[in-house]
Amino acid sequence: MSDIKEIQEEIVDEFSMFDDWMQRYEYMIELGKSLPIIDEKYKTKDNIIKGCQSQVWVRADFEEGKVIFTADSDAIITKGIIAILIRVFSNQTPEAIMNADTDFLDEIGLKDHLSPTRANGLVSMIKQLKMYAIAYSNH
Amino acid sequence: MQETSKHTLDMNKIRADFPILQRKINGKPLVYFDNAATSQTPQQVIDAIVHYYSDYNANIHRGVHSLSQIATDAYEQAREKIRSHFNAEHVHEIIFTAGTTHAINLVAHGYSQLLNEQDEVIVSAMEHHSNIVPWQMMCEKTGAKLKVIPMTENGELELDTFDQLLNDNTKLVFVNHVSNALGTINPIEEIIEKTHAVGAKVLIDGAQAAPHIKADVQALDIDYYTVSAHKMCGPTGVGVLYGKQELLEALPPYQGGGEMIAEVDFEKTTYAGLPHKFEAGTPNISGGIAFGVALDYMNKIGFDAIADYEMELLVYATNQLNEVGDVRIYGTAVEQKTAVISFNIEGIHSYDIGTLLDKMGIAVRTGHHCAQPIMKFYKIPGTVRASFSFYNTKEEIDAFIEAVKKAKSMLL
Repeated sequence: MSDIKEIQEEIVDEFSMFDDWMQRYEYMIELGKSLPIIDEKYKTKDNIIKGCQSQVWVRADFEEGKVIFTADSDAIITKGIIAILIRVFSNQTPEAIMNADTDFLDEIGLKDHLSPTRANGLVSMIKQLKMYAIAYSNH
Repeated sequence: MQETSKHTLDMNKIRADFPILQRKINGKPLVYFDNAATSQTPQQVIDAIVHYYSDYNANIHRGVHSLSQIATDAYEQAREKIRSHFNAEHVHEIIFTAGTTHAINLVAHGYSQLLNEQDEVIVSAMEHHSNIVPWQMMCEKTGAKLKVIPMTENGELELDTFDQLLNDNTKLVFVNHVSNALGTINPIEEIIEKTHAVGAKVLIDGAQAAPHIKADVQALDIDYYTVSAHKMCGPTGVGVLYGKQELLEALPPYQGGGEMIAEVDFEKTTYAGLPHKFEAGTPNISGGIAFGVALDYMNKIGFDAIADYEMELLVYATNQLNEVGDVRIYGTAVEQKTAVISFNIEGIHSYDIGTLLDKMGIAVRTGHHCAQPIMKFYKIPGTVRASFSFYNTKEEIDAFIEAVKKAKSMLL
């Protein structure tokens, strides 16, 4: 399994092939379709990350020292964004997730989604993934 | 430009008044279709604010010095312009507020001291949260009962049910003139008549109507009317509460402070007369003055001409959008609507469309539009809302339709 930095570099490489926003968004929409989907029964209030406009559900499982994330959203671009995050963070140790930075999002042109006032709540998604890692770090 | 309009607008001249319309967003010319959230500001209004701060900035109503007199005169002239625009009987029936939300809270706060648990108030199912929450707070304090006029699939109020909600205990009905989420123009004449028949009062939230329709508060016999300047070419942070004199006199003050008193004593303070009783503290002076200039600007173009032209845009955009396919428009009665299209494309989340439209330079609103009860009624998380103003063009609608088509093909 690659470490977080390697996966981030991989994603940056993939996005560097695109020269306009449309191709980037089309790719994000594609990635959204590959998101490991959360089991319907876990789409509960406890697992929801409330953005203003689209809903995101995330569940974290802990297997053999690694955190495994599954998720879903009702908006496809949001799904793409969370698919990118999960590709980076899932199947990693709690410590690696806690210590990871997310600077790569700037490099793939998602910086404008990072402002805390953005409706998609990317910042709260990242925070939530890290919170799960913190919760499992005591195991 | 628009041959079919009864009134002709000089679009080149009008658009040149709005400097922001020249700018680009994400490398594309801005197409601003979020007018129901806030309208853009013409240079004349911007100049009025600059002129105030560079030429006669002073606190009003108190100073004996010349600048204070000049500022006071300008502010009071703006109040008179607003009175005249809405045809209020008295200038002191025009209360400056920070906007519609502030105006509604002001009235709701007053009623929290006037009502008790025997009383009933009625709201409609298609209100903005700002015309729901202040009243819920009022009901919590007083024990008064809150009833709701339901709406139909077409986005219209069920007036037959309204008849059944009204009774001798009804004290106040609060309904918007135009729905912010759907654009529906509500039949306020009928609502006012029915409400007055049981001896209750009516508050009409005019925030979404005022940019399109000139309401005559006397002819309509409106008890309270609220507007926000920023939706009608004025600045943010200014609005107006109109209230009938006898009602405002009976309404307890909202905020205490300077300006709103007649005499302060530690034993007993007496309040100032109207409108000052409701205008504690230094107001948004430049904003009030600029609101007056915004009304002048819109009246010079003419509300009839604006309404005709916006209707033309609405019909044009509605027809084009229906041709995109898989489109559902909420609030379908075009003839009873302001220039707002609230829609979804089947199988696509409104947020996704809004995000992609933004990339193409087009500003629309997406989401629940601070009217969650409407979204719950339709069982949807939100809609895309395109709202037009008199400075928008058919060419912009064409660009919008092309962008919607592109977004649809990317997302489906």
